[in-house]
Amino acid sequence: MADSMISLRNVSKRFANSTDAAVDDLSMDVYAGETVVLVGPSGCGKTTTMKMINRLVEPTSGTIVVDGTDVRKQDPVELRRGIGYVIQSIGLMPHRTIASNIATVPKLLGWDAARISDRTRELIAMLDLDPGLLARYPSELSGGQRQRVGVARALATDPPVMLMDEPFGAVDPIVRARLQDQFLEIQKKLNKTIVFVTHDIDEAIKLADRIAILNTGASIEQFAPPEEILREPANDFVERFVGAERGLKRLALIKVSEIQIEQGPVCSPRDSVADANEEMERFGFDWVSIVDDGELLGWIGQRDLEGRPRLTDITPRPFSAYVTKESTLRHALDSIVSSRTQVAVVAEEGQRYAGILTLERISREIVS
Amino acid sequence: MSDLFRWDWVLDHRDDVWLALGEHMWLTFLAVAIGLAISVPTGIFVSRHRKLYGPVTALTGFLYTIPSLALFAFLTPVTGLSTTTAEIGLVSYTLLILIRNVVAGLDGVSPDAKEAARGMGYTDRQLLWKVELPLALPTIVAGLRIATVTTIGLVTVTALIGKGGVGYFILFGLSRSFSTAIILGAVLAVALAVVFDVLLLRSERLLVPWTRSSEERPA
Repeated sequence: MADSMISLRNVSKRFANSTDAAVDDLSMDVYAGETVVLVGPSGCGKTTTMKMINRLVEPTSGTIVVDGTDVRKQDPVELRRGIGYVIQSIGLMPHRTIASNIATVPKLLGWDAARISDRTRELIAMLDLDPGLLARYPSELSGGQRQRVGVARALATDPPVMLMDEPFGAVDPIVRARLQDQFLEIQKKLNKTIVFVTHDIDEAIKLADRIAILNTGASIEQFAPPEEILREPANDFVERFVGAERGLKRLALIKVSEIQIEQGPVCSPRDSVADANEEMERFGFDWVSIVDDGELLGWIGQRDLEGRPRLTDITPRPFSAYVTKESTLRHALDSIVSSRTQVAVVAEEGQRYAGILTLERISREIVS
Repeated sequence: MSDLFRWDWVLDHRDDVWLALGEHMWLTFLAVAIGLAISVPTGIFVSRHRKLYGPVTALTGFLYTIPSLALFAFLTPVTGLSTTTAEIGLVSYTLLILIRNVVAGLDGVSPDAKEAARGMGYTDRQLLWKVELPLALPTIVAGLRIATVTTIGLVTVTALIGKGGVGYFILFGLSRSFSTAIILGAVLAVALAVVFDVLLLRSERLLVPWTRSSEERPA
């Protein structure tokens, strides 16, 4: 492909005090606008690989091209100023205020004060940080706030390429999940080319467009979209690394809109009781959704029909939960197993009825 | 009691007291300033070239152990009864403490802050001046406090070569068995040491606002 933003060709790194190569003849491409997550056991060379991109580590051999230029033909300082960089421990300057930390690279590049202040305001709004924090020092912030400041600092000059080394590793799981969601939201808007290092396969599955699973010496075991890695692990190593609940993890990656949903038993409130019975029979259900002109009103059970002449006399019961087309199959599955009807009802905005999802339908998706 | 300490004598020698205090502070300032001017570059160099740290510590440690009296006795034939002689001795004694604290301060800088700074495109020089030295400052100033207090004490000894600040009173008192002058000299030396210690502690806090906790900050 022509739009490779970062390209590694036969890159190796041997450290002076070690016989084995930390990175052994690695070649890979990262395309513009995608998030590639490097994941692997500790010591597999994923961080070394990332640090060679901005020359914090110099490769022993091979070529690395970023945005069309061989990094070794660039001044490392200039190169680094053009690439956003976030590390696990964040590395905020403890002696500088938050505002000054965010302004680090703009200042290095000689932006004027007004431009820096405008950009800082923009960034703290984007990352949902309180402007009151700007005058504070890093030690006064919570872990999650510091992580967001670290990301804001890396985004300050709007660099096209970002390197992120376990940026959410040091915070508790709840905060981490929130930061990950925010990451996805921001990335949707900004479309950066991101190389992201983590040892957490679930984080990789959640954030990556493509995951590179690395083994010792940064050898690529599989380099594919998360869904493919979960569906078809290339080998035992990948399968073991991906771990248990592969099927469930895959369901979290597929949206309801991506699969064919079933129509399900549906009646209008103006239909007759006989129509309703027929509809239930057709699907083998003991209940029917009541939809009036596209709007989902609820459901009526077979027993509700006894002794009633018309459906209009019966008040439909509300569904306890819906899923939408944007929900994941994992969410739909949860809705199925926790509902009395053993079915997930799919509704659109404004209670528009879309169909149903059954356990069978979802399990077909895992097996396929 | 009146024989032990005669206020009238002190009042009569007011001008001498001020002069001695001035000289004492000047000798101390000169010694610490020169010591710092030597120690900061040396400390930076040694922290980058680790193998030299041992020899440098050994050398400054050796200087530190030479009895001050002996040192002045050695130097006098070369540099005479001069400020130079006094300062060579005084500066030598600051080096061990100052170099050690410069190195310790630089060692204490968070490797994460350094890595992040390098990753964002700081040059080595910017890293030193904008990250490493500011973060090492509290440790360097702590060394400065110890060096200053030690030097204030040592300056009294330099009275032996005629450059002793308030030490002059002690020497004068000893030679005449005159307790007032001895006490005056000792009290002034201690008072100077305490005052400078407190002043440096204050300035240390002013220099490192980021270590203050949020409660101390104005809302």
